[in-house]
Amino acid sequence: MTTATDLLPAARGGTGTETRGRRFGAFRLFGGQSNSGGESTAKRVQFASPFLPYLFLAPQLAIIFIFFYWPSVQAIQSSFYLEDPFGFGSTFVGMTNYTDVLKSGEYLGIARFTAVFTALVTFFALSIGLLLAVKADGVIRGNAAYKTLLIWVYAIAPPVAGLIGMMFFDQHIGPIVELARWFGWDIKVGLNYFDTAFSMVVVSVWKQIPYNFIFFLSGLQGIPVSVREAAAIDCRSGFRRFWTVILPLLAPTAFFLLIINVTYALFDTFGVIDVMVKDKAANNPITLVYKVYMDGFRGNDLGGSSAQSVILMLIVFVLTIFQFRFIERRVHYN
Amino acid sequence: MYRTKIFDHVILLFGVFIMVAPVVVAFMTSTHEAADIHRNGLSLSWGGHFVETYKTVLTRQGGFTGKITGFNMMLNSMILGLGFAVGKIVLSMLAAYALVYFRFPLATFFFWVIFTTLLLPLEVRILPSYEVMNTLKLTNTYTGLIVPLLASATGTFYFRQFFKSVPDELLEAARIDGAGPFKFFIDVLVPLSRTMMAAIFIIMFVYGWNQYLWPTLMTTDEGFFTLVRGIKQILLVWVGSNIPDYNEAFALAILAMLPPVMIVVIFQRWFIKGLTESDK
Repeated sequence: MTTATDLLPAARGGTGTETRGRRFGAFRLFGGQSNSGGESTAKRVQFASPFLPYLFLAPQLAIIFIFFYWPSVQAIQSSFYLEDPFGFGSTFVGMTNYTDVLKSGEYLGIARFTAVFTALVTFFALSIGLLLAVKADGVIRGNAAYKTLLIWVYAIAPPVAGLIGMMFFDQHIGPIVELARWFGWDIKVGLNYFDTAFSMVVVSVWKQIPYNFIFFLSGLQGIPVSVREAAAIDCRSGFRRFWTVILPLLAPTAFFLLIINVTYALFDTFGVIDVMVKDKAANNPITLVYKVYMDGFRGNDLGGSSAQSVILMLIVFVLTIFQFRFIERRVHYN
Repeated sequence: MYRTKIFDHVILLFGVFIMVAPVVVAFMTSTHEAADIHRNGLSLSWGGHFVETYKTVLTRQGGFTGKITGFNMMLNSMILGLGFAVGKIVLSMLAAYALVYFRFPLATFFFWVIFTTLLLPLEVRILPSYEVMNTLKLTNTYTGLIVPLLASATGTFYFRQFFKSVPDELLEAARIDGAGPFKFFIDVLVPLSRTMMAAIFIIMFVYGWNQYLWPTLMTTDEGFFTLVRGIKQILLVWVGSNIPDYNEAFALAILAMLPPVMIVVIFQRWFIKGLTESDK
């Protein structure tokens, strides 16, 4: 038990608020109520040197400027231009790229699929991860073995998971296809829109379960024994105890994971999707990020792809702000 | 009470089965011959062709140019994983050191400049990033493969939080002893951060090794392919053929997951520590 608990910020760090501060600090910066960027939390004693801090910051800043700010500004800029297909300059077209994208039925369809896909992946990855974590937290014998066996899939890259998924959903050799045939469902990945979407969700969820499991287990083991004992006295029903005591205590973890999972489903599943549609995106379900990639690199539509990039940036931005301004207030931390 | 425990184990075992079985099946199947797999499907039994399949995959010169071997791809993956992890640690420790231990006018400004990068993942700016790399002539280089991935603040944030938790008295004592900024950093902070460095190294190595989208964009020259990036190539070759080389595809998948999986299993403690405390 000691080995498990001393891994946890909560167990080492003291109160729950501190844990949250550490874990959410990065995001809370953008929520408007944080002071972690200011001077208030600085060290009492500091070095004073006219050039050393800049020297130490220089490598990181240089890389961020060249590979983060420059391309980001470029994306915004080229989203207002129409690139000549033969590379002879570009013309300013204002918002045309945006209106074209947002009026396209294809784009809206992809956006709808992305929303459904993200919701499904997030929901199943979170709930299965939570279920396994609660069970693993409950058993004493074999706890470490379960943990090892459940987390190592995290280390598998999304496209590799996609490849294994492809085999399991393969027309000739896939056991899942055979199983489904038993129930009268003929799965045709790559040909049938729904079947392809189904297999993408399955593989993406599979890949993300370990991550959620690790965090939920950490969160559970950070709950003090005294609280559990008190809850056990107050409330006999295990399920109600979980619902009224444990779950609210896990809320910060769940909230953090919600963001991470949405980000995962939106962006990191690129590898899974790319492997599963094999460049034949025509009738297959794809996500918004994949569309950016298709239009930019296959279609050579610089303006349209950039406009989509900017739309995605806005989505990520709004999502982050929204989650921290609105949801954070409803979560109990103590 | 007893009955619920058994039920818990049943659920856990089912979970383990779902997580582990696909990979075990992938490995077992990779030891069979392609025609055998085509006929009988995936397999849970040992096929006996382990050595020859993996030897073929590692040493046969394949691809369009006929030059790249699995071993080369593995080497490239290793370069990407190690380069990324080391780069991340060096850059972010230096930056965090400057932010926490120095008083200078633009500190808050630079703090924001660095931490804004947490907002936007690389995926939303792939095309302009690619254009920038083209302008800088960095496509098909290891620099182009590794350095742009370093442009995010995850590590810096992590070390900043850690440095802040280091007691102020250490710096006071060090200054009384006459230690300057360099000496304090190397003789006090670096040894103190050893566990943190190990944890972040593991996370970042796995992250770097598993990169897919960026290597796909950056490398068209097969000499720079990583194992994970090569997966796509295998599938493309595979689509047209009569009896696909399932065994070789599985073998490459197993090779692509082996190093990160080994690291996560062996250094599980540090891995979990790094993961749960560093956000990513």
